[in-house]
Amino acid sequence: MKKIEAIVRHFKLEEVKSGLSEVGVQGMTVTEVRGFGRQKGHKEQYRGAEYTVDFVPKVKIEIVVADDRVRDAIDTILRTARTGQIGDGKIFVTDLAEAVRIRTGETGEDAL
Amino acid sequence: MIRSTRSIERLLGAVIAATLMAGCALAQDTASTSSPAFKLDSGDIAWMLTSSALVLMMTGPGLALFYSGLVRRKNVLGTMMQSFAMMVLITLQWFLFGYSIAFHEGSGWGGLSWMFLGGVSPAQPDPYGYAATIPHQLWMVYQLMFAIITPALVTGAFAERMKFSAMAIFLLAWSTVVYDPLAHWVWGKGGWFRNGDGQELVGALDFAGGTVVHISSGVSALVCALFLGKRRGYPREAMPPHNLTYSFIGAALLWVGWFGFNAGSAVAASGLAVSAFVATHFATAAAALSWAVMEWLQRGKPSVLGGISGAVAGLVAITPASGFVGPRAAVAIGLVAGAVCFFACTSLKNRFGYDDSLDAFGVHGIGGTVGALLTGVFASKWVNPAGADGLLHGNARQLLNQAVAVVATWALAAAGTLIILAILKATIGLRVSEEDEIEGLDVTQHGEVGYNF
Repeated sequence: MKKIEAIVRHFKLEEVKSGLSEVGVQGMTVTEVRGFGRQKGHKEQYRGAEYTVDFVPKVKIEIVVADDRVRDAIDTILRTARTGQIGDGKIFVTDLAEAVRIRTGETGEDAL
Repeated sequence: MIRSTRSIERLLGAVIAATLMAGCALAQDTASTSSPAFKLDSGDIAWMLTSSALVLMMTGPGLALFYSGLVRRKNVLGTMMQSFAMMVLITLQWFLFGYSIAFHEGSGWGGLSWMFLGGVSPAQPDPYGYAATIPHQLWMVYQLMFAIITPALVTGAFAERMKFSAMAIFLLAWSTVVYDPLAHWVWGKGGWFRNGDGQELVGALDFAGGTVVHISSGVSALVCALFLGKRRGYPREAMPPHNLTYSFIGAALLWVGWFGFNAGSAVAASGLAVSAFVATHFATAAAALSWAVMEWLQRGKPSVLGGISGAVAGLVAITPASGFVGPRAAVAIGLVAGAVCFFACTSLKNRFGYDDSLDAFGVHGIGGTVGALLTGVFASKWVNPAGADGLLHGNARQLLNQAVAVVATWALAAAGTLIILAILKATIGLRVSEEDEIEGLDVTQHGEVGYNF
């Protein structure tokens, strides 16, 4: 099992979600996040006080998939979240030790 | 120390409440009996009732929203409460003695003959001809609304760091030793600057309160900002406004309410009221444009905060002139005020580094001064025969008179504010503790938070 975290643009969320559903991903968790990478922040001015806002708002999608589905999921995210401009986001993949469905107590890939 | 401060505050509260009750009993017996010839006008009464309500609306919700949107979210309620507290406390101060000090006859101040509003009739006009066609109580309550908003304006300078108790005592004292005497000098029967009585020292024009309201509050605000010191972290830490949509709504309410402030100052539903209404509106639009364009040129974008700040600066600057100038002069005054106040709130403030948190000085002190001086330039007897001609109409003397009134107002406001602040600092203290400032006024001063979602 792998956990895939993808940080994407807000307006790409719907497309990514539909794409992942089509390749069989059954669930996901979405969080509003702020951060920065290569994309620069912006400046805000309030009556002469100027603030540089480094943290850019993005959406983080978390999904957990069986090892043999990882490539499919990543390809789907790449296809749906990409605009080609700086600020498209990143994908992180980590090994996941365990998953449990609370209702039934099923574990491992059965719980996904 | 903290305990004894608390008990002093409690004692003060008890004394105030007891005095109020005594006053209620006394006021029953002192209804006025003098009845000169008078004729009330229902049109005037209707307009002045409306204007009184409009001016109250400027403080709450207008100013309360304008200011509270500009602070950080942890101080939103504390900031609203400062405006609201003035609606409560100054009303009762006016009842006790404020109105009497400001408007009873006298040279330096009005004395205490109208304490507890004794002799202020609900059916007859005042005895001095302030407002000949409306009941004395209506004039009194209209003026009360001005007395409320003036100290509320000052709160912008010490936002996010002053103790509620110190703020309340400071502004009650300020209203008594700065606002009431100043209102008397400029508007009160026998006052030193009151134009047209023939007994004034210097005949200055101030139609709706450019000196009394805006210079006095703005200059006091600067003294507060310097005396209290900066907010912790200013200017190193980012302190952006937490909700500019509040500020927008507040500024729009101020614009509307200001028609009561300026056109109401005609004290009649008359052509003069119409003239003041028009001048107010045109100056405001011009100043909003002027600030936004300056910002656009200098900083690349016209901001919403810039637009609404410019509008308020225009409202401030046209206030003393509104009953003495036509629309062309009004547009000129607005254009100048928007640009000058933009520089005051950006370059001037940054240059000297004081933390006038919400720009009470930059908008009201500077805008009020610009307006008072330009009144001496543009005023015209053609617009208001009871006024005077200004520099452009061949009377340079008027500009000098305006300058004298401006200097006197700066001096009284600065001195009065400094003395009260020094006394309070030595007794109950002015600022909240460092931890409380970091935690925010809402929780530490009022035990609640503005947002629970």
